[in-house]
Amino acid sequence: MKTEASAPAAETAATSQGSALAAARAGRRLEPRSMVRPAVIAALLACVLLFVPSIFSLYYVDAWTQVAIYSIVTLGLGLLVGRVGMVSLGQGAVLAMGAWVSARLLFATGLPFPLVLLAGGLITMVLGTLVGLPALRMSGLYLALITLMLAGAITVVLQNINFPNGGHGFTGYNASTVHIPPIRRPAIAASDPAFFRYSVVVAILMFLLVLVHLRGRPGRAWAAIRQSEAASLAGGINTTLFKLWAFALASFITGIAGGLVAGSFRYLNSLTFSTADSITLLAVVLMGGAYSMTGAIVAAFLLKFLQALLNDWGVSPDWLTILFGIGVLQVLTTAPRGIVEQMPKDLARLGRLIRGLLGRPTTTRESAE
Amino acid sequence: MISVSDLTVRFGGVTPLDRMTVNFERGTCGLIGPNGAGKTTFFNVLSGFVRPVEGTVHAFDEDLLKMTHYRRARWGVRRTFQTEQAIEELSVYDNVAMIHEHSKMTGGSRREDVLGAIEFVKLDIDPYAKVGSLGAAQRRLVEVARAVVGKPRLVLLDEPAAGLPDEETALLGDVIRAIPEHMGALVILVDHDMSLVSHCCEVTAVLDFGKLLASGPTEEVLRDERVIRAYLGTEEIAA
Ligand SMILES: Nc1ncnc2c1ncn2[C@@H]1O[C@H](COP(=O)(O)OP(=O)(O)O)[C@@H](O)[C@H]1O
Ligand SMILES: [Mg+2]
Repeated sequence: MKTEASAPAAETAATSQGSALAAARAGRRLEPRSMVRPAVIAALLACVLLFVPSIFSLYYVDAWTQVAIYSIVTLGLGLLVGRVGMVSLGQGAVLAMGAWVSARLLFATGLPFPLVLLAGGLITMVLGTLVGLPALRMSGLYLALITLMLAGAITVVLQNINFPNGGHGFTGYNASTVHIPPIRRPAIAASDPAFFRYSVVVAILMFLLVLVHLRGRPGRAWAAIRQSEAASLAGGINTTLFKLWAFALASFITGIAGGLVAGSFRYLNSLTFSTADSITLLAVVLMGGAYSMTGAIVAAFLLKFLQALLNDWGVSPDWLTILFGIGVLQVLTTAPRGIVEQMPKDLARLGRLIRGLLGRPTTTRESAE
Repeated sequence: MISVSDLTVRFGGVTPLDRMTVNFERGTCGLIGPNGAGKTTFFNVLSGFVRPVEGTVHAFDEDLLKMTHYRRARWGVRRTFQTEQAIEELSVYDNVAMIHEHSKMTGGSRREDVLGAIEFVKLDIDPYAKVGSLGAAQRRLVEVARAVVGKPRLVLLDEPAAGLPDEETALLGDVIRAIPEHMGALVILVDHDMSLVSHCCEVTAVLDFGKLLASGPTEEVLRDERVIRAYLGTEEIAA
């Protein structure tokens, strides 16, 4: 694709002297095409919000809730891995911290749910950025390993200081196993379908937050850092600041997702989170496509919906682990940009194949690859 | 005006810069020398990637070596790399705007400055096209636009014409020549294409094994016996 596009571009530059730049100067930015995509996405989301709770059984509504929540987590991890090039295996632990902090706040205070989410997000942002500190000194495999070890440590700590389960106060732990009050949900989202809608709306807000970052100064700086640290420094980018910024943003939204996890599970205990989750998270993010926001949704679908489906069919969840293993291998060897970018190519190839079989002339067989 | 004195860099047993002493006064100055002479290392010292063991660099009366690397760009040091480094994922506009937004040395509004820089390098393409979709020559021009946007003080060009065909090199030469007057910066041009160097630079310095071999008006330097011998030692001088 790349080599193909360059030749015509050079020709246009030579023939249409002064036109492209002049047009840009005149302020031609809002092409009609650029408005189609947001409109389609908005329509799709409206359909999801309206119809998913009425089409699916409660069991699957809950699965979709998890997809919405985890799409925030995979979005954050995709930001780190795909946009900035920092492989973190600690995001599962960051999610656990978010859930833990929010659950504590929900039991200990009477704060409204959105405020708890926000506070949980901010506290997790600080803690998660600490997990990201090694990224300033190392990269690649070493960063992955050290974040994995930090994740393990955090999981152990959380296990030992107990998840809050309705005892009094901020540190309250109720040793009784009988009378455990559930984690509070927002009044407008007490039922499962309502909590689904609530989660989707929060997820949309988080996607918009990340989009604003990607379109702006941090997004440009991240793209530069990912391609070349030297060129970024030579361009005046404070790479330390922007790497930490990426970890802060990813941790903030993951913390918010943690709050939603707390609200959705109602009874949270440390067994809900394990260190292995962090690895699975990275696997689905790579499979879905770390370079795009749609990839985050695909990743969350792979992680949570397939799980619910297999559960429903009575298939052992171990198959999922095997599937993810094969999936990551396949992605890394043949489709480094993930399912989101590979699917259209594969479909196009399939289309050509079918057309070929039907005997129609295929003109662009060569040029498409 | 930048003055370099006794600049020495060591990597283990290698001494790529060996008490280099030279002044670059104004305009576009050439810096030539055989492969491995230390030209890129000199640029790396100026941009802060390599710390010299000895020597000073004063740029417009400021001690350049005291500044943190990313602050040097804000102060006005810009460069291109021997292997072109425009950011593929971003559009041409964003590539240039990115430098502008991290620089204190700006002229007018961002949009005006950025489109002005793209126009200055005679890059007539859609500014919102992704750099990843451009050809080699155009990417080089994007990199030059990044180096001149706003009000840079010192522009370092490391073999900008490497791998370009002759016509493209000639166009690039016209752009480079115009930088000092239009952008008000001092330019140091490293290249192996001697016709490009003669076309752009009134004065040229020659490095060999990390030492300054000669410097002065480009014509004279290129005729200098020692310079010719240094080049013949490694490769034929490209004229
Ligand atoms: N990071 C480094 N570590 C060790 N040696 C280096 C390093 N960078 C450059 N050198 C050596 O320094 C010398 C000068 O290299 P360089 O400045 O790239 O030359 P030029 O750009 O003039 O071709 C070469 O011998 C090169 O091998
Ligand atoms: Mg070099």
